[in-house]
Amino acid sequence: MAAILSIRDLRKVYDGGFEALKGVSLDIEEGEILALLGPNGAGKTTLISTICGITTASSGQVSVGGFDNVTEFRAARSLIGLVPQEITLEPFAKVLDTVTFSRGLFGKPADPARIEAVLRKLSLWEKRDSKIMELSGGMKRRVLIAKALAHDPRILFLDEPTAGVDVELRKDMWEIVAELKADGVTIILTTHYIEEAEAIADRVGVITGGELLLVEEKEQLMARMGQKQLEVQLTAPISEIPAGLAPHRLELVNGGYGLLYTYDTRAERTGITTLLNDVAQAGLVLADVQTRESSLEDIFVGLVARNGADRSGTAAVSGDAA
Amino acid sequence: MNWTAVATIYKAEMARFWRTFLQSFISPVLSTSLYFVVFGSAIGSRIEEVDGVEYGAFIVPGLIMLSVITQSISNASFGIYFPKFIGNIYEILSAPINFLEVVAGFVGAAATKSLFIGTVILCTASLFVDLHIQHPIAMVAFLVLTCLSFALMGFIIGIWAGNFEQLQLVPLLVVTPLVFLGGSFYSISMLPPVWQTITLFNPVVYLVSGFRWAFFGQADVPVLLSLCAIGGFTLACMGVIWWIFKTGWRIRA
Repeated sequence: MAAILSIRDLRKVYDGGFEALKGVSLDIEEGEILALLGPNGAGKTTLISTICGITTASSGQVSVGGFDNVTEFRAARSLIGLVPQEITLEPFAKVLDTVTFSRGLFGKPADPARIEAVLRKLSLWEKRDSKIMELSGGMKRRVLIAKALAHDPRILFLDEPTAGVDVELRKDMWEIVAELKADGVTIILTTHYIEEAEAIADRVGVITGGELLLVEEKEQLMARMGQKQLEVQLTAPISEIPAGLAPHRLELVNGGYGLLYTYDTRAERTGITTLLNDVAQAGLVLADVQTRESSLEDIFVGLVARNGADRSGTAAVSGDAA
Repeated sequence: MNWTAVATIYKAEMARFWRTFLQSFISPVLSTSLYFVVFGSAIGSRIEEVDGVEYGAFIVPGLIMLSVITQSISNASFGIYFPKFIGNIYEILSAPINFLEVVAGFVGAAATKSLFIGTVILCTASLFVDLHIQHPIAMVAFLVLTCLSFALMGFIIGIWAGNFEQLQLVPLLVVTPLVFLGGSFYSISMLPPVWQTITLFNPVVYLVSGFRWAFFGQADVPVLLSLCAIGGFTLACMGVIWWIFKTGWRIRA
């Protein structure tokens, strides 16, 4: 599939000297949902802002639907809809007016039927005459999405669409995203929730410290992120792993007091029951059992460490893994 | 030009004006009436004619200028500061429009509002005093140019302002004194010679003088100079705005 958005070596250094983007390259295919996963301050919002024209890049190129986002900004920006992270709406404006405004601002001729369709899709039609300040937080987020969709963009940016929203609203948001994908809209969303990326993305990019550490098919990444460890603590230390336990590929830790077992939570069978049986069979006495999940943070730490090591040799891992 | 976008911004800004129509309309009518009651009737009757013009009529051009200048600045500065404050400026920055279109929308609306208020004041004034406008076309031209140039200045202030206090700072500390000392309520020929010279450094003098000439055919400074002054001021403001959008100063990181 052709890339609808192509980012090449995008750098952003703010006036204070802070380097928010350190040469990001990325291709996004038409119709896909890409989740950019990263901690706060990773550069997610800067990346989106630079693509959309809110922030100017220090260097690098962005091409949207084949149009350069600086020299051909009109054509490029017409294709993009942006849903910001913060709720930034004029409190006194009415829903219908503010959504209609957004369409006009993008130079599209008035189309009440289209606006109605967008509002209905987001369950806002009944609220069209309400003032923004009368709406709940969830409704306000929907209005932001409606505004972004009012000019029929082909690419939609959702900057942390579910930050600080309750579980139900988050599910709602995911459904909306799925419907938009069905309509053929390419979606790029930022998040720091793994489960969000897992629930809706086709591909996941991990960004931290202004660098895109990887872009991978969701399935592959989740498999790596789904690792869990179980530590079997023994009453007496052992010097080597009994032969009967070899198939479990254990690691001896804690000076012989612990056996570490790594397994995949997403696999059909975790192998824990067999392991514990085999441990008993081997005549070992259990003191305690502990499990540990590899968190997003662990993955980040791992990636950052690897990235640092790689840099001394070849270029950074960042780049288009597409 | 993306005229649809210009019209969209313009209409949205005007909608804000119509939402507060009563306030926008009544407040200038009331304050103008008060000026006339106090200066026109109560005190004005004791003041001799200025340059052959009855004092009540003499202050009309200055009064209109005072309102139009302050309104243009406050409307335009608020218009662009508000989205900055709320955060929805992101929409304008990410829209497929250039700075000329943004300025045309915001400044056009702010100038329209103050033009409306200027007209309301003129109509109100004509209820109190006999007004014969000698150069109606020049009068309209001066009025429109003043609305436009000070709306441009207000736009700059709105971009510059980091908080509501700063938004008020320039109008309060700079513009109001300049307007009051710019001959709105007196002819600068009434001042001692030293002050006449100093006053010539006040740009508002040229506006009021030119505007008053359009009404009564008399001016403190040559009309052409007035026209050049306001034309130059407009160009200077446009230059600053062009620079703001080129560099992204205070709006685009």
